[in-house]
Amino acid sequence: MSRPTEKMTGARALIECLYKEEVDTIFGYPGGVLLPIYDELYDADIRHILVRHEQAAAHAADGYARATGKTGVCIATSGPGATNLVTGIANAYMDSVPMVALTGQVPSFLLGNDAFQEADITGITLPITKHNYLVQDAKELPRIIKEAFHIASTGRQGPVLIDLPKDITTDELDFSYPESVELRGYKPTVKGNIQQVKRAAAEIARSTNPVIYAGGGIINSNASGELLKLAETIMAPVTTTLTGMGAFPADHPLFLGMPGMHGTKYANYAIQESDLLIAVGVRFDDRVTGKVASFAPNARVIHIDIDPAEISKNVRVDTPIVGDAKWVLESLVKYSKKCKSEAWLDKIKQWKKEYPLHYIKSDDIIKPQYIVEQICEACGDAIIVTEVGQHQMWAAQYFKFKEPRTFITSGGLGTMGYGFPAAIGAKLGRPDKVVFDIAGDGSFQMSSQELATVVENDIPVIVAIFNNGYLGMVRQWQELFFEHRYSFTTIKGSVDFVKLAEAYGALGLRAEKPSEVRPVIEEAIASGRPTVIDFIVDPEENVSPMVPAGAAINEIMDLEGT
Amino acid sequence: MKHTLAVLVENRAGVLSRVSGLFSRRGYNIDSLAVGVTEDPAISRMTIVVRGDDHVLEQVTKQLNKLIDVIRVTDIKADEAIERELSLIKVAADANTRSEIIQIVDIFRARIVDVASKSMTIEVTGDDEKIRAMEQLLRPFGIKEMVRTGKIAMTRGAKSV
Repeated sequence: MSRPTEKMTGARALIECLYKEEVDTIFGYPGGVLLPIYDELYDADIRHILVRHEQAAAHAADGYARATGKTGVCIATSGPGATNLVTGIANAYMDSVPMVALTGQVPSFLLGNDAFQEADITGITLPITKHNYLVQDAKELPRIIKEAFHIASTGRQGPVLIDLPKDITTDELDFSYPESVELRGYKPTVKGNIQQVKRAAAEIARSTNPVIYAGGGIINSNASGELLKLAETIMAPVTTTLTGMGAFPADHPLFLGMPGMHGTKYANYAIQESDLLIAVGVRFDDRVTGKVASFAPNARVIHIDIDPAEISKNVRVDTPIVGDAKWVLESLVKYSKKCKSEAWLDKIKQWKKEYPLHYIKSDDIIKPQYIVEQICEACGDAIIVTEVGQHQMWAAQYFKFKEPRTFITSGGLGTMGYGFPAAIGAKLGRPDKVVFDIAGDGSFQMSSQELATVVENDIPVIVAIFNNGYLGMVRQWQELFFEHRYSFTTIKGSVDFVKLAEAYGALGLRAEKPSEVRPVIEEAIASGRPTVIDFIVDPEENVSPMVPAGAAINEIMDLEGT
Repeated sequence: MKHTLAVLVENRAGVLSRVSGLFSRRGYNIDSLAVGVTEDPAISRMTIVVRGDDHVLEQVTKQLNKLIDVIRVTDIKADEAIERELSLIKVAADANTRSEIIQIVDIFRARIVDVASKSMTIEVTGDDEKIRAMEQLLRPFGIKEMVRTGKIAMTRGAKSV
């Protein structure tokens, strides 16, 4: 029996589909070919946030998705609108963020004619989307949207783009929303192979120096509870990657902090001396492994991942388990017992005591690490979003994340300008949370136009600019590897950030001395307004420790006070 | 080492560029790629000859399987399969050389599909080795043009991919 249908335009059908997918917020920017859709959005029961640059729409959808676990949605017009989404889509792809990007397109009959504002966006986004669609018939719209949300949010999550020629949005169709999808080429493996799980449990039983290396997959799979259970059951220390921050409570005695280039010494030492590495929802990124040939040289490797293509991609794996992290960890806990790790845990305790993260404190000049500590003390359950660079590393190192989805950062692509719009998305998704964008003075200037968006929509995010007058991370590399030749990394005095905030109608605050740090943080939180805090920080503070690119992760440089 | 992959895909616009784009961006080398519709008009079959060791083959297979439009990937082992390729070769020919060329064509069980006063076009079917041998023998006469379909392959016996 066929379900009842209703005749409507493609644009109307799109809105109905978004209702069916329970989309409450979309981020976008209108344009010529989107007029029929925007006319429907005008009185639709969906909150549309008008950004000031399409790239921010994609990043905001990304931040919304990471903060809530729901699929983020953005929309942009054809041509430049669509190409402006590209960085945001690539960013979501690299970090496996569920997103549906809608783009307008010139009418079907003009496709391929180099028409006004035409760009082959499905071609352009082929390598940076999980899948994409060019809708060729309005009748296909409900099926395609159903599939897009399904693909984006299941398996290894990721962005899906739907390109909508204008005539598709004005053509009529008999609307009915499919109840299920039929994709014979797409069947993600959720349940791990139980034999492999038992093999992994046997490996764990034999291990004396285990390390759990967990990443963003834990957060995507909502598996942090299972991760904690496994760690406490087998008594193994846990290191979480940049995108995995929050997957394991930072104040837990088994926590090692972040591994890799700017990881803690004890996390890196632990990996290097481990006899068993239990990798979950990670992809052995080069920023974690350093020189692959010297990575965890004595360890057997268990790799749990939803994406079979990640198994043995960079590092040889002894026991692969393809499946959803939550499912696999849950069953692994059932088969696992405490391993003989007492001596190992003592050694790690010793390392932690001997090599803590630290910086040289000051009463005169604001140390960036100190700001992170103060934000953490003032508001430990805030959502911390970051831009990319030194401040991002300090945030990851010094904030004590307690729960998943509270650290939102561009890990894989390393996109400057990500944080502010992503913070907008995060705040709209989690209005109950205080949301900080920890930013650099360089990164913030890549999206500062979104101050208009936060003021217009009264979105009280707090931008904490670590203003050192440099493109700091590049400067650090120039200092260390290019003889202090600061080629085009000096941006001191770009703009008065307080006045900039005020010009948009946001609250602008400044702190120049350590004693002013906590009061401005408190003032920003109390104000309940969109706020920019200009922290004037030690200009040449370096991120430490550091493993130089291409070195083994136990070849660590100390950079405090350099 | 060469591997022959049979890849069943949805017969849709853009699938070929998804597959070929994957190969180029991940740095895999394709020797040949042949594609056509199957007994089911909704499904196309690609035969891809790819060069690389077992690790590369494993990665290629997994990455192909990640494409939503890819339904199944099978590694076809040469000793369990029928492999064929077709080539058209246009060779310079006149009254003096024509009969010699016809002899070569006969030996190879190829076919002459076009004859003109100064050329002949030969259709040859076989494996890579046979086509190359044919090419070698015809080269002295002057090959004016040559086109190859790329290899297609099918497993022997009742089993299908």
